[in-house]
Amino acid sequence: MSRKYKQFFGFMALRLAGLIVLFVLFYIIYDIVSKGLSSINWEFISQPPRRGMTEGGIYPAIVGTFYVTVITALVSVPLGMFGAIYLNEYAKKGRLSRLIRMAIRNLAGVPSIVFGLFGVALFVQWFNFGPSLISAGFTLGLMTLPVTITASEEALKTVPDAYRKGSLALGATRWETIKTNVLPLAIPGMMTGSILGLARAAGETAPILFTGAAFFIPHLPDSPFSQFMALPYHLYILATQHHNISVVRPIAYATALVLIVLVLLINLTAIILRIKYRKKFENK
Amino acid sequence: MNRFKEKMIRRFFQLNGLFVIFVLIGIFVLLIRNSYPAFREIGVWNFFSSAEWNPTSFTGPKYGILAQVYSSLIVTFGAMLIAVPLGVATAAYISEVAGPGVKNILKPTIEILAGIPSVVLGFMGIVVIGPLIARVFNLNQGLNAINGSILLGIMALPTITSLSEDAISAVAKKYKEASYGLGANRWQTLVSVVIPSALSGIIASIMLGMGRAIGETMAVLMATGNSPAMPENIFDSLRTMTATIAIELGEVPFNTTHYYALFAVGLILFIMTFLVNLVSDIILHKYQEVD
Amino acid sequence: MNNKTKVKVENLNCFYDDFQALKDINMEIKSKEITALIGPSGCGKSTFLRCLNRMNDLIEGARIEGIVCIDDYDIYQNGTDVVSLRKKVGMVFQQPNPFPKSIYDNIAYGPRIHGIKDRSRLNEIVEKSLKNSALWEEVKDRLDTSALDLSGGQQQRLCIARALAVEPDILLMDEPASALDPVATSRIEDLMKDLAENYTIVIVTHNMQQAARISDRTGFFLMGELIEFDRTETIFEKPAQQKTEDYITGRFG
Repeated sequence: MSRKYKQFFGFMALRLAGLIVLFVLFYIIYDIVSKGLSSINWEFISQPPRRGMTEGGIYPAIVGTFYVTVITALVSVPLGMFGAIYLNEYAKKGRLSRLIRMAIRNLAGVPSIVFGLFGVALFVQWFNFGPSLISAGFTLGLMTLPVTITASEEALKTVPDAYRKGSLALGATRWETIKTNVLPLAIPGMMTGSILGLARAAGETAPILFTGAAFFIPHLPDSPFSQFMALPYHLYILATQHHNISVVRPIAYATALVLIVLVLLINLTAIILRIKYRKKFENK
Repeated sequence: MNRFKEKMIRRFFQLNGLFVIFVLIGIFVLLIRNSYPAFREIGVWNFFSSAEWNPTSFTGPKYGILAQVYSSLIVTFGAMLIAVPLGVATAAYISEVAGPGVKNILKPTIEILAGIPSVVLGFMGIVVIGPLIARVFNLNQGLNAINGSILLGIMALPTITSLSEDAISAVAKKYKEASYGLGANRWQTLVSVVIPSALSGIIASIMLGMGRAIGETMAVLMATGNSPAMPENIFDSLRTMTATIAIELGEVPFNTTHYYALFAVGLILFIMTFLVNLVSDIILHKYQEVD
Repeated sequence: MNNKTKVKVENLNCFYDDFQALKDINMEIKSKEITALIGPSGCGKSTFLRCLNRMNDLIEGARIEGIVCIDDYDIYQNGTDVVSLRKKVGMVFQQPNPFPKSIYDNIAYGPRIHGIKDRSRLNEIVEKSLKNSALWEEVKDRLDTSALDLSGGQQQRLCIARALAVEPDILLMDEPASALDPVATSRIEDLMKDLAENYTIVIVTHNMQQAARISDRTGFFLMGELIEFDRTETIFEKPAQQKTEDYITGRFG
């Protein structure tokens, strides 16, 4: 009998843990939606902030986040793809590829603020890009590299080896085989995985704090060397640095809502793509 | 000609693969290079032995890292107290108890939770958890160690849950069947066979979650109050290593002792997370080989 | 049937790391004949086949010693162009492996890789290859549909057509019918006999009846050694080696 009770209460405890996790996510979303939704209107997403950020919108921050994410993608996606092609298509199982894999895992564990320091020292100071879209984008790009490289490798792994062998046996070279028979199948998977990484980059604050994000700029960035406003940084400012925090609280909530919706939308796009392309080329 | 081209292409991709190593080494080298002047000015011993961090003091700047390191560790420890039981239990629930319907809700939940930007969680620390702590414990305000621990716990949760779940689901069916065959029920099998078999994977996931928690910036920056003194209890406001860098780097002129000192903090942080990740890596590899 | 020698193998050894998969193989494969390689699994027959177009190069830890001459050219000498070797020595795999492209693009894949871009030239090659592999009548109206929609036997004939499209001299077949049903198998066998008029064919097979039915010469492999190699009738009717006879009569393997 006591055995049975133990199992009953044990499973109950596990179920409770699952419920708590569910509740945490639900509550975060509920709180932000319920308190942020009322401040969202067309003006909010299409106008710059006014009157010391107590009125107006967050348009420059949305655009800034968009720009910096594009630069991030331009850095991270090709580098990740090419690196993954080396690991999966060329590298032999030796010390070198083990070393690279170890570096990927360790790079993934480097704190984002350390990437911020790195970005300041390398891009802002050494390359003399100053605090700018390009410094921030490069910093985020390197930070996202472990995600894009891992995702790209996963995608390459799903391409059956028979396609490679079949092509090589016809006298195609390695690169011809990759180009015509592997990449076309792997690219959708590479993209979805990379998009997930970019979603995280879009929400990052610490790496852009000193590499280019600006407190307030009324106009949009006009070159890659301009500073920019970014959604996550804007939320940080509204939540902690503003002189009249209680007045801007609804705006902070609305900004959080826009940020979350943006990140979830990017994630959702990736997930839909993943479902669409899953197993499309499996032989029956 | 063709073969030369192939060779060049191979070289090109190899360089891209090696690039990750360059970046990792680059970060390390730059941190050391920019820390070195700080260590020279402040003295290595002073840096590590003092808890007083006051770069703008009238009586001469103080650069002691102890209070920050202690703060980072204590908040992370608190986070683990929350995230480990919750994460491992959720992982066990998903993999061993829940039906497919519940699984299909919980797994995306955890993925979405992992995707919430840390600045949003920090905001939650200010607007939800802070006031809650203040009310429950009857304090003036709730921006303190325990708030940071709760947030970091939430942040480490997805890492611990999903990797633990991988480890638990990877436990071979034959072990479980052997246990059932001996008359054990599901709970006994879970506790005495499945969890122990998956232990190294679970520990690796905990280390990884811990690494993320130590290195997290925005949530602690926003929710722990940022008082630079040594914290005395869990209701004290404190300032972690990450928060110190985030607060001060924007204010210091380049290439001053203060600036370099912040890189030194970054270097220590880098080494700490590197070691934690390395241990996790070693454990994980051992366990993969056994399988 | 006194054809000239197409492939001459001398003292061929193959190692996978420390394991020796082939021991001192000597063999002469005649032009425009079907040579069958039989033996129990793991005996080295497939490894031998992959030595003939250097597909073993792709396996990590594989090392080859000895000489493999095709048309009096040692394919393992330094500076060999593996790409043109594989163009000359086509290969068909055990599992049909059509690419996830249309039927047309599967056949045109090789010619395109080798630089043929002219559409009418490609059309010609596709038609000729599909006719040679006896698939043309079945697929001529749906060349643009996915090759993955074909049946298993059709897929394998497509793979043969794909190999023929680069105009090889030699066709290596690694148990090409083992994944197919008896009807599809017999079609492949008929096809091979037709192809032998123009191509040198080397086939690895598990199925002794198949070897007896279609091949001119048969080699029996056991534990990495070539035990016996002779005309197929000789191997099956009066083998010189006891081990061959034991295997043929089903006493082991």
